[in-house]
Amino acid sequence: MNETLFQILVIVGVLLGTVSLAAALIYVERKMLAVWQQRLGPNRVGPFGIFQVLADMIKIFFKEDWIPPFVDKKVFILAPTIIMLTVLMSFAIIPFAPGVVVADLNIGLLFFFAMSSLGAYTIVLAGWSSNNKYSLLGGVRGAAQMISYEVFMGLSLMGVIIQTGSFNMTDIVNAQKDVWFVVPQFIGFVIFMIAGIAETHRLPFDLPEAESELISGFHSEYSGMKFGMFFVGEYLGITLVSCLITVLFFGGWLGPSFLPPFIWFIIKMFCFILFFVLLRATLPRPRYDQLMSYGWKLLLPLALLNVLITGAIVLSAQ
Amino acid sequence: MAKIYVDNIEYEVPDGKNMLEACTSLGLDLPYFCWHPKMHSVGACRQCAVMSYRDENDTRGRITMACMLDANDGTRISINAQPAKDFRAGNIESLMINHPHDCAVCDEGGECHLQDMTVMSGHNYRRYRFQKRTHNNQDLGPFINHEMNRCIQCYRCVRFYNDYAGGGDFGVFASSGRVYFGRSEEGTLESEFSGNLVEVCPTGVFTDKTLHKHYTRKWDLTSAPSICQGCSVGCNILTSERYGKLRRVMTRFNGDVNGYFLCDRGRFGYEYVNDEQRLTRAAQKDQNSGTDAFSAMKDHLASNPKLIGIGSPRASLESNFLLKQLVGADNFYNGVSAIENEVVNEVLNVLVKGNVRTPSLAEIETYDTVFVLGEDVTNTSPMIALALRQAAKNLPKEKAFALKIQHWNDAAIREVVQDEKGPFYLATPYATKLEEIATSSVHGNTKSLVQLSSKVADLISKGGDHQEDNDFAYRVANALTLSKKPLIVSGCGMMSKEIIRCAANIAGALRNAGKEVGVVFSVPEVNSLGMALLGSAGSLDDAILQTEKESGMTSIVLETDLFFRTNSQKANSFFEHSGKTILIDSLENNSTPNADFILPAGTFAESSGTMINNEGRAQRFYQVFKPNNDIKSSWAWLDMLMHQAEKERNFDAIVEEMANSVNAFQPISGLAPHADFRIGTQKIPRASHRFSGRTSMNADVNVHEPKPPVDEDSPLSFTMEGYHGKAPSSDIPFFWSPGWNSVQSINKYQIEVGGPLHGGNPGIRLIEPSESGVSSFEVNDGSADNGKIEALPSWFIFGSGELTAKSQAIMKRIEPAIISVSSATLKNSGIEGNGKITINSGEQKLTLPYKVDENVPAGVVLIPYGLADTMGITFPIYGNISMD
Amino acid sequence: MFSNIRSLWMVFLKMFSKRVTIKYPEEKPYLPPRWRGRIILSRDPEHNERCVACNLCAAVCPVDCISLQATEDENGRRYPEFFRINFSRCIFCGLCEDACPTYAIQLTPDFEMGEYNRQNLVYEKEDLLIDGMGKYHGYSYYQQAGVAVGVKPKGGGENESEPVDVRTLLP
Repeated sequence: MNETLFQILVIVGVLLGTVSLAAALIYVERKMLAVWQQRLGPNRVGPFGIFQVLADMIKIFFKEDWIPPFVDKKVFILAPTIIMLTVLMSFAIIPFAPGVVVADLNIGLLFFFAMSSLGAYTIVLAGWSSNNKYSLLGGVRGAAQMISYEVFMGLSLMGVIIQTGSFNMTDIVNAQKDVWFVVPQFIGFVIFMIAGIAETHRLPFDLPEAESELISGFHSEYSGMKFGMFFVGEYLGITLVSCLITVLFFGGWLGPSFLPPFIWFIIKMFCFILFFVLLRATLPRPRYDQLMSYGWKLLLPLALLNVLITGAIVLSAQ
Repeated sequence: MAKIYVDNIEYEVPDGKNMLEACTSLGLDLPYFCWHPKMHSVGACRQCAVMSYRDENDTRGRITMACMLDANDGTRISINAQPAKDFRAGNIESLMINHPHDCAVCDEGGECHLQDMTVMSGHNYRRYRFQKRTHNNQDLGPFINHEMNRCIQCYRCVRFYNDYAGGGDFGVFASSGRVYFGRSEEGTLESEFSGNLVEVCPTGVFTDKTLHKHYTRKWDLTSAPSICQGCSVGCNILTSERYGKLRRVMTRFNGDVNGYFLCDRGRFGYEYVNDEQRLTRAAQKDQNSGTDAFSAMKDHLASNPKLIGIGSPRASLESNFLLKQLVGADNFYNGVSAIENEVVNEVLNVLVKGNVRTPSLAEIETYDTVFVLGEDVTNTSPMIALALRQAAKNLPKEKAFALKIQHWNDAAIREVVQDEKGPFYLATPYATKLEEIATSSVHGNTKSLVQLSSKVADLISKGGDHQEDNDFAYRVANALTLSKKPLIVSGCGMMSKEIIRCAANIAGALRNAGKEVGVVFSVPEVNSLGMALLGSAGSLDDAILQTEKESGMTSIVLETDLFFRTNSQKANSFFEHSGKTILIDSLENNSTPNADFILPAGTFAESSGTMINNEGRAQRFYQVFKPNNDIKSSWAWLDMLMHQAEKERNFDAIVEEMANSVNAFQPISGLAPHADFRIGTQKIPRASHRFSGRTSMNADVNVHEPKPPVDEDSPLSFTMEGYHGKAPSSDIPFFWSPGWNSVQSINKYQIEVGGPLHGGNPGIRLIEPSESGVSSFEVNDGSADNGKIEALPSWFIFGSGELTAKSQAIMKRIEPAIISVSSATLKNSGIEGNGKITINSGEQKLTLPYKVDENVPAGVVLIPYGLADTMGITFPIYGNISMD
Repeated sequence: MFSNIRSLWMVFLKMFSKRVTIKYPEEKPYLPPRWRGRIILSRDPEHNERCVACNLCAAVCPVDCISLQATEDENGRRYPEFFRINFSRCIFCGLCEDACPTYAIQLTPDFEMGEYNRQNLVYEKEDLLIDGMGKYHGYSYYQQAGVAVGVKPKGGGENESEPVDVRTLLP
């Protein structure tokens, strides 16, 4: 009984926690961008502008939720829910602290891959249903980009899996007691992080929504809370990828005992979120063909090499 | 054709040109000031300097004025050679030494030839830092502004005013740096063509005073091609609008009609368009206005199908045609007096049936001997007078040509010709201004002039030698028989059918004698001949009789003030006897209070249409702006009355219907491009590409800019959007060419300078004589009632025009209504001393002050035509005079 | 790749630099005198309107937001009957000031012109005309121009000689 209650608490906690964290990221991103661009950033609503999140949320909830007459209505409504759904589902396998995990699946990582593949649909369907040439272009770009980068995102984690010998996330964390996987799997980490950015189509890899060329691409026609779902979905994606990096390469909740494990987890995760923001503040968007050739010609061979070497070392050690 | 070389490129040019003309015709940019395509070269300004070379081996060359250099075979010049360029820049710099820093407050700014030429010559910075010469200005009357500081001494003004237009009250004074162009003493310029100084002056010395009152720069004006409605000549004009007001009228070059010039009535008589007396709302007497009034009108028409229509010679052909369609041919009357209707119909009859061609205005200048019969053309059709003044120079010029002086060498020709004039005879009821250039003139009443001209015709047809005789008729007949190209000028000024026939008979006799003769008739109104061609059931008098016979008919009065056309007694009878009256007119007049319904008609500024001038030339005029009230073209109102549709038909549809149903008007459908005409996909813009203030001019009313009005009736657009290249010749809304902002840009629109426009001069002649035409018309010379005094109209360029007389500037020039009479006539009638005299014919009675004028023949009194005190009189009057 | 990482580091370091923005309504920015802000019409040293309604500002305006109509007083001194700037269209490019031959139209260091109602951004002459000479002191166009118009006797301007006596015969 107690365990069930705890399980429910975890589920509710993870849901609420991630969603509100994603919302808070709106403020964090704006503030941090300002900090790195030598500006002041939001400073009007509340002390240091922290209620900006609230204002933004109110705004986004009260905007007219307009469905243009020319769109494929059912698909148009469906598309933004997919991203929310898949990303939130992915959080189920993240172990935030020992035992604090929604579903400690033994195929945890595979489940994440499955969910992130489904995430591609949101862009494709949104781009298609909007019935707008820019949206369609965004959708096509998104599909190609996400499918391409998923290949070596999976491959980049093979090293971790080979070293752990399990797909279970808790096992992976526990395997890092001695040394975080970022050290032996540095190449894997780099590739995963790059692929992660591409998967969440964040800057500099935000080609599907490139404002300057595609006037926001696949979500051009979206407004109100449907746009809000894309918006929050993107931040959820960042959070998820940060969590995964933490779990897979930086030892999850592991850390010196003067802080509780959960806090260690949060600190590590935030570092990566901030790194994502820093990336956005720094790097320009590559050209589309550069993105693709970068993925297929550089990252894929690199990931394969990484699998080969890790495999060889692990085999030879046996 | 001659082969010339300009900057080592070979060109073919026609013979007899100078190099400036040749280069300008070839589209090359060469600065000039004193040369004018109509007044030719004097070589005074030194601005068209080029390097001329002996042959291809000559490398040094020498500076020559292009305007004084014959464009012979093998002439070799360079425009771009550095010494020539330096010379021109230096010349401009010298001219600019005394030119004030006035451009910001100068009306010429933005369309200034001096500005253009300064830019073209590359004089960018003033180096002169010393004192500038100044001049005192003169008040030159209500038309022209004088600012002598700006003068660059090109002498164009005196050459136009004195030499071309024959003015005598303007001249050049003082010497060297003090040269002054003006009058010997301050006062109104007397010439009827003084307005042309505005366009002739290359800078801002002479500017348009009427424009000055509501000044707008050229680039801000919305302009449209139009036709002057001041008289029957139908000069081509450009009308310009800004902020819903007509701002000015400028010449629109038409090589077949008025060329570069306009008379002052045409140029300054536009202000009535902006008058506060304008009718702006559709109205029902004492009741509704706007759309309610219009539907009440339609309801009334639906229940009262019996109609009578009064057409108008100052309304467009289309309006009159639609009125005729609406009321039926039997009920459509010409809104002029019986005598005027008769005389104009006679003009048409003579032109159609006769065998003599009536020349265009431009052609008039080519005749060498002129006989003017009964018409004061200076006042009825001033531009004909200007053309006649040129014709009078043709024979004397032959002497100069015999001396091998080139046609363009103006100063040399003038030196040879001096004041000599060609054979020019006048037979008029009173002394007219053309008497200055006349070889001989005679004055008489209708009867004596008819007899005189019958005798002339007689003598010509008899042929033979009449040299010894000193009698006027013999001398005229002699001169005409000796001439190569004689011209007979007459018109409706005396309101006599016999005079028209006499003129036609003289011309016919000359034609039979194998002369290349022309006959020109001046008719009273802009579309008088069009009305005659359209045909009507009768005159206004007939219409009044008809209403008296069958009262209660609904009358539709189109652009006619009955009180202007007939006496108040008759006019009131018309309004009494007709049922409801629908009046379509533009200005409030004596008729408007009598109308039950009023529809505000557009003037030439707000409406489009076709007019037929005195030579039978159909010409299209276009509306320049869409007013923001009920004002519409008369034909649009009539079309809406005729058809149930709320929306009026397109203009082309009406023209098409007219061309199909009236045989004479067949060619009019091809007169100008139709409304769907596009260049590429674009309309022709009425506004220049620099038009300013579009996002601000209506912002005081509403900051959200309104949709610009759309012109469905013409290929022109109301805005600056459209094709900015050259438009078809009939649809040129303004003259402008890169680097040529002034009126001189007309050069760029002509095939060769002074010649026809690209695509031909606009307008279609509807009347051509047939070889087998009649050469003699029956004349009844017993028309005058013997023993009675004949009152004839005297015409005034300023005042006799019904609408132009309501323009403010013109009003200042209108003279008071005074009867002119000779002392002999007064003595015979026993009148002495000062005061007013009354002329009484029983039917008509008029009392006015009088003045003694010994030039008026005995038995004749002259009454000014169409002034406020004399309107409604139908001439001629036969009666008695007595002291009031 | 290295350059990307270097840029990341450099951007990161910006965290510790001075802010380039300020808390605007509380702190006011420094505006240089030649700042291109709200447009005004100035007066000449005799306190008359400098604008002579030459229309050059309207002609040069790239968004056509200036319109005016010329009129003149009893001496013939020309001035604008109305002068309207639609600031909701104005792009503050300053070309009107460049074009003005009389220093009448000037741009000022003021940009705080926000309105809730767009109609209020239409400024008429009474909103534009100031009492002083603005940036350019002492300049009076009519002293330079050739026309007299009640400002000076004919030939009484700067660098002008007395009117010519046309009746003299002296060379």
